[in-house]
Amino acid sequence: MAETLATHPGAPLGAEAAHGAEPEHGGGKRRDFLKLVTGAFAVVGTGAIVWPFISSMNPSRDVLALSTTEVDLSPIQVGQAVTVVWRGKPVFVRHRTQQDIEAAQQVPVSELRDPQTDAQRVIKPEWLVMIGICTHLGCVPLGQKPTDPHGDYGGWFCPCHGSHYDTSGRIRKGPAPKNLVVPPYTFTSDTQIRIG
Amino acid sequence: MASGLHQSDFKNPVVRWIDARLPVFTMMEKEYGTFPTPRNFNYLWNFGALAMVTLLIMIATGIFLAMNYTPHVNHAFDSVERIMRDVNYGWLLRYVHANGASMFFIVVYVHIWRGLYYGSYKAPRELLWMLGVVIFLLMMATAFMGYVLPWGQMSFWGATVITNLFSAIPLVGDSIVTWLWGGFSVDNPTLNRFFSLHYLLPFVIVGVVFLHVAALHITGSNNPLGIDPKGPQDTVPFHPYYTVKDSVGLVAYFVVFAVLVFFFPNLLGHPDNYIPANPLVTPPHIVPEWYFLPYYAILRAVPNKLGGVVLMFSSILILFVLPWLDTSPVRSMRFRPIARIALLLWTVAFFVLMWCGSQPPEGIAVVLARIGTAYYFAYFLVILPLLGRLERTLPLPESISRPVLRGGGPLPAGAAVKPMEKA
Ligand code: HEM
Ligand code: FES
Repeated sequence: MAETLATHPGAPLGAEAAHGAEPEHGGGKRRDFLKLVTGAFAVVGTGAIVWPFISSMNPSRDVLALSTTEVDLSPIQVGQAVTVVWRGKPVFVRHRTQQDIEAAQQVPVSELRDPQTDAQRVIKPEWLVMIGICTHLGCVPLGQKPTDPHGDYGGWFCPCHGSHYDTSGRIRKGPAPKNLVVPPYTFTSDTQIRIG
Repeated sequence: MASGLHQSDFKNPVVRWIDARLPVFTMMEKEYGTFPTPRNFNYLWNFGALAMVTLLIMIATGIFLAMNYTPHVNHAFDSVERIMRDVNYGWLLRYVHANGASMFFIVVYVHIWRGLYYGSYKAPRELLWMLGVVIFLLMMATAFMGYVLPWGQMSFWGATVITNLFSAIPLVGDSIVTWLWGGFSVDNPTLNRFFSLHYLLPFVIVGVVFLHVAALHITGSNNPLGIDPKGPQDTVPFHPYYTVKDSVGLVAYFVVFAVLVFFFPNLLGHPDNYIPANPLVTPPHIVPEWYFLPYYAILRAVPNKLGGVVLMFSSILILFVLPWLDTSPVRSMRFRPIARIALLLWTVAFFVLMWCGSQPPEGIAVVLARIGTAYYFAYFLVILPLLGRLERTLPLPESISRPVLRGGGPLPAGAAVKPMEKA
């Protein structure tokens, strides 16, 4: 390259190179700067245009609005369970028996995959409220009806890939990584809760 | 001939007028008429063309189904029943589309297997192969979203389980799943976007198939011997030789397809999908469509959520690097006595996994799924790299035409070329 320039000083290529040679330093820098700024603007601009598309796929305002559910607890007898819907998901509300509660409280926390005491999962020990969605891949575990399978720990059993939950809804066996999730809820009276 | 126009030799003046300005006829003639193709194809080489035809059938039936389908959680199931009962020939459109998906996967599985057996993934066809894997991934995404549209129990719970796979991603997993759903569970926003994408992706597939075929026409086709054509005596023009051979295969294929559609239209489906979706009750035993079963078995073979998901995706992504895992210079398994057995065992493992995926996750099914998964990966990651170094391959024939034309007997040098050049 250098040789070509040296031997053909009058050729267009050489002329151009020679022309560029003097302000080369400043010119090169200015061009790099312009390229960088243009590139940066293009990236930011593309991001700004893509974002609304991505964001439009997130939950919309009307979906977010359906976010509380009230449950009347008075008709639920000891040992019974009901399933209510909150944000399109099933929520298990179980009126636990004394045996259920004791079984849940006696488990050493160190044995658990997702360590939580029973007390951390309830407001009142006789009422267990949790989202009825297996933390593995989202099936609804069985165990709400007395005739359902309850798994090896007397709670819930997920038929999809075989996860077993105990009487506190904690994962004990199978592929699920976490305990059944306890949703935010409050007692609005002795026999009424509001989920969400 | 005016300057700037393409020199066209077609006799028909209209064709010539168009061809001179837009040489599509010349291109078709070059790529599908005179295109030199190895003379020794067997019927496994039909399956690329069969895949192409099936793709067109899926697009055609799909567009007409969409004219009567309603993508709303309250109407989707009923609109499909209406297609089945009230729309003229709606039952035909739907059964062809549903069974067409199964036929598509059968065809593409054979097509991929053909590539595995004859080493079509090796240099110089690596990119062609990788584009094929892209097509396969797009097909899986399309089929999965299509299965959600009738909004039956299996639609709903299949969608729930598969979208939840992404929740295994550390930190951002749950946000990604919410984003995929457009809500807090699989619901109307999910159904809407799946319909939109199910309509879109087949056309993306058409685009990638175009690239796949363009790449094929640069390297030329592989063949059952896995050796390169050495000259015109080793090839025949695509038309009429392979247009005819492909047509024969196509007729046989349509017979099978028609028997499925007209006599066993629900054989490969699941009866639970005729129950409308119920977000509060998971069916006691959920299974994906048959063509996803092997991957589903791999997912469940691991008693760990993230591990299972990673392994499942790797089982397909590994195909992308296969051209570099198999280091043997010999393409066709005909000349690889050990690799051939290893591949046949891999095929067995694939079917065993398919069976395991259809069973409840307990007992022998779990054990077999683990063995099958181990072998599936070992074939790619251990056996092929080792065999590339250790295997003693059989001697390759000198050319494609020699064993075909002369029963394998040796010929004086140069004599092999002449008789063919007249033909
Ligand atoms: C929609 C799906 C597909 C279509 C329409 C399609 C179409 C075709 C066609 C028309 C051919 C030429 C004819 C033949 O050799 O059989 C071909 C060749 C080929 N395809 Fe595909 N293909 C599809 C999917 C795939 C997939 C999923 C893979 C691999 C993962 C793949 C790998 C190959 C390879 C390696 C070749 C060259 C084969 C050879 O010459 O031996 N294709 N394809
Ligand atoms: S979804 Fe419950 S075990 Fe997989």
